Amino acid sequence: MSITHEPSTTSTTTSSGPTVARLPGDDQLRRLTAEQLDAFGAEMDAIRQRVLGQLGAEDADYIRRVVKAQRGFEVAGRALFYLPPAWPFAVAALSISKILDNMEIGHNVMHGQYDWMGDPGLNSRMYDWDNVCPGEQWKYSHNYIHHTFTNILGKDRDIGYGILRMDADQKWHPYYLGNPLYALLLMVFFEWGVAMHDLEVENLVAGKRTLEENKAIYPGLMRKIRRQALKDYVLFPALTGPLFPLTFAGNATANLIRNIWAFNIIFCGHFPAGVATFSEEECENESRGHWYYRQLLGSANITGGKLFHVMTGNLSHQIEHHLFPDLPARRYPQIAGEVREICDRYGIGYNEGPLGQQLLSVAKKICRFALPDKKSDLVPAFLRRPAADTVTETSLAA
Amino acid sequence: MSLTASRLQSLLRSRTLAALTSPHGVDRYLEQVNPMWAAHEVRARVVSIRRETAGVDTAPVATLTLQPTTTWRGHRAGQYVQVGVDLPGSAKRFTRCFSISSAESDPGGQFTLTVRAHDEGQVSTYLVSQAQPGQMIHLSQAMGDFTLNESPATPTNNHLLMISGGSGITPVMSMLRTLLRDGYDGRANRRVTFLHYARSPEDQIFATELAEIAAGDNHVDVHLRYGDHVFSELELRRLVPDFRDVDTWACGPGGLIALVTAAYDVEVGSSAASRLRVEYFKPPTTGSATAEGQVSFSRSGAGAANTGASLLEQAEALGLKPEFGCRMGICFSCTTTKTGGTVRNVVTGAESSLPDEDIQICVSAPVGDCVVDL
Repeated sequence: MSITHEPSTTSTTTSSGPTVARLPGDDQLRRLTAEQLDAFGAEMDAIRQRVLGQLGAEDADYIRRVVKAQRGFEVAGRALFYLPPAWPFAVAALSISKILDNMEIGHNVMHGQYDWMGDPGLNSRMYDWDNVCPGEQWKYSHNYIHHTFTNILGKDRDIGYGILRMDADQKWHPYYLGNPLYALLLMVFFEWGVAMHDLEVENLVAGKRTLEENKAIYPGLMRKIRRQALKDYVLFPALTGPLFPLTFAGNATANLIRNIWAFNIIFCGHFPAGVATFSEEECENESRGHWYYRQLLGSANITGGKLFHVMTGNLSHQIEHHLFPDLPARRYPQIAGEVREICDRYGIGYNEGPLGQQLLSVAKKICRFALPDKKSDLVPAFLRRPAADTVTETSLAA
Repeated sequence: MSLTASRLQSLLRSRTLAALTSPHGVDRYLEQVNPMWAAHEVRARVVSIRRETAGVDTAPVATLTLQPTTTWRGHRAGQYVQVGVDLPGSAKRFTRCFSISSAESDPGGQFTLTVRAHDEGQVSTYLVSQAQPGQMIHLSQAMGDFTLNESPATPTNNHLLMISGGSGITPVMSMLRTLLRDGYDGRANRRVTFLHYARSPEDQIFATELAEIAAGDNHVDVHLRYGDHVFSELELRRLVPDFRDVDTWACGPGGLIALVTAAYDVEVGSSAASRLRVEYFKPPTTGSATAEGQVSFSRSGAGAANTGASLLEQAEALGLKPEFGCRMGICFSCTTTKTGGTVRNVVTGAESSLPDEDIQICVSAPVGDCVVDL
């Protein structure tokens, strides 16, 4: 898809006018003018400013309560393994602990959402999560690469994680017939997938990266893997003596449950139908408004209750998270209504739906892109440009 | 009891427990149970708060007695400690350094901080006026080389000279108290000259104790000077004729230290060969709305006139290669400590003059002079 730019802004713009359409159905996409993008960006900046001004004791108390709960679930989970009949409860408690640790605490703290508190225990530079991927490496690939270049093909390596084909602009290859299988494997081994992500295997294969460049990553990665494995698969099982196999299996199950949950939440946040990808050219010298616009079209929300949002680390508000990645995630539900209202006013699609619907949509997409393209309409209805002179257009002009 | 405690400490610091609590560490679990339990970190409970001066014309001063966690390794007289407090409302933790005013403390032992509530100092004001007995504060271990380097228990012929101004009295008071507490028979057992400058008798910290020390038979000469009676080499020469050959500790505001170092004929920071040791607190900087001044990168020693661009760009223009990511204030890859000066966040427009503050250099532009740890 592309946005109408002022003719001089990008080198790729031809003298004949706007940039070349890249996606099938692009001609139906709503375009915002540079002025509209600026106004849109200013409205987003205003929300950000307001929330930044409100940060305080409430946010600090909240994240500390979540940390307390996570530690409680973790200790309870580890302890319950001493009671064999309580095994399912032990696994459940440990799974909840790992999910809270990775999502509402780890992901958000490592985004720097709580750096303003000045608490070293909740600081993005100090925190590491209960996950085999070293926080240090994740912060680079996630906070920088993914959040800066969100859904720009060729730059955002979170599109398909270098394994899957999730977009029509990724050239089809018979390898992608395995798309559903790869997705299934990625789900089961998600924490390992996240850890291996920084090795950029797909770029190694493509010759864009050398093994040499990976060498700096190995020591930190191996240290983290050793520590996680030692804890979950040697020490804690050993501490339960004869129950070693049960505890071992329980810890593995808790890691698996966390993997499945995190994979599903994250894929629903970025890959349901309708989420748009961008080309590198159209994001060159982009305005702040366009950056917001790209974040918005690159993300999708999942609707649900309060507990559900907490368990997703508020990534159920992936749209708000991508607009404001460094605001404490508990603020996303509070501003979602406003963001949605602004999107409606600008006629920009705000993709949200219940978990089941988003999951189904992701699954369809994974299967659809396993196969070569048909000339079909890949742009969903809500992103299509409505007929001229609709209410939205006139209200914008007013 | 102490044996049990030290066994418990070595268990808490064991590699096994570290492996079991990886990646968060033992302290992240202990603190959830009892804030006084720690394996590595140092925290303290405020035991009592006593007003030292009323602060009619000047900022009030209070002494806080602290009970640290068992992780506290004790302090040598003259050292300081970093104190972190979560300020109410904003919930932000601010960390500042304060000299310890009590005599040398043992591991896990109580000690005192004597703090003046500067108008600009949020932490000092909070500690003096709002802190309550029973509450927790965060600490570092004791730090600093501005210390007494002789054993109080061994009498010597050495002459020690302590010069201080205002709340700069705290580290030298710790030295004096250590000498008198640990010296034979309650005496310093060496000649000590204690010269202090205060704004007024009402503003004199430790006034009663200093009067008692002055009156006692303890080898200590106390000289208190007030108001416009500022430090002069002439007066020091009259009190201690050979002062340049006497082990001297001087602590106080920058102005006093400048006069003292001039009297000893040494440059500040290059007093290695001299008998003079100094410690001073910087006057708080005030933010000005101009894009002028000098930008300095303390670790590399680079510096240049402020161009008004972001600190990241200015650092790069000087050939430095700071870590960075998004260059737009979202990824925190470039977070660096600003040790002094004022910066403006170019995204939010907010200005901040806090010392030792973590800033995102890609979206921070200096306002006037600025020092960054790069």
